[in-house]
Amino acid sequence: MAEKHTEEHTAGYGTYFYVWITLLLFTVITVVVSLMHLGNLSILTALVIASIKALLVLAIFMHLKYEKMVFKVMFFVAIITLTIFIGMTFIDVLYR
Amino acid sequence: MQESSGHAMEKHVDYTGSKIGMWLFLFTELILFGGMFLLYSVYRYKHPQEFHAGAVELDVVLGAFNTVILLTSSMTMALSILALRKGNKKLSLILQLATIGLGLLFLVNKYFEWGAKIHHGLYPGSEQILQRGKGEILFFGLYYTMTGLHGLHVLIGLAVIGFTVYMTQRERITAEDFVILENTGLYWHLVDIIWIYLFPLFYLIT
Repeated sequence: MAEKHTEEHTAGYGTYFYVWITLLLFTVITVVVSLMHLGNLSILTALVIASIKALLVLAIFMHLKYEKMVFKVMFFVAIITLTIFIGMTFIDVLYR
Repeated sequence: MQESSGHAMEKHVDYTGSKIGMWLFLFTELILFGGMFLLYSVYRYKHPQEFHAGAVELDVVLGAFNTVILLTSSMTMALSILALRKGNKKLSLILQLATIGLGLLFLVNKYFEWGAKIHHGLYPGSEQILQRGKGEILFFGLYYTMTGLHGLHVLIGLAVIGFTVYMTQRERITAEDFVILENTGLYWHLVDIIWIYLFPLFYLIT
């Protein structure tokens, strides 16, 4: 028989709706900011806003917030690995 | 919880194990797309002006519209799992079908977007693109590769959700045994997250 899941907490209908509204708001913000021509700052703001949106999707839609610790640790290790790849490549590109 | 009606119905489901397997797969996807984002970043760093010129040519309105479509489809997917867990099979099916509809709409937009670019002679290896600078050739090469690979993921996601619709209808996915639907949702949300980064990097950073 399947394990019991009833004790697990996940978001309700309302939470998903509010997260969706927030994601749409951030989409509007990122488009508006891009029209302001902030130069080099525009890359930073776009990536920060995209990361906030991604974290919202991960935490609520993908239930990472409600998962066991092992899922959070795995996710953290994957992100660190990707960051090391990108960081090391850029050290090479910048100081070649 | 509903009691299973006898030993024949019993089966072992490792709920946590299934989800860990799915997350591990998603990490390989993350590294796959991560490698491409890395390529984009390095070439962008080397050809800032030409990447700017390329990005200006993309349709921001269409890109933003597709972002809204995918974000909405992520919500309907998340809601379909919740509805099923609450025992509302019909609502879950409607939401799964809505997700498929939105995914198809995304691909239709992508078709028109690519179609317009190709119509203007902007595709990898075309005469027009080869006359441009190296940076712009790289920009459009990456644009087609990354949005193309993403589009392929949307297509695969749609096929899998089609499968979960069938499984839910046949009660092979139920309020007690829904890990297949949940894992499908995880895949769909990953596709959404990739687009969350693709949209500003190709359409907005100008």
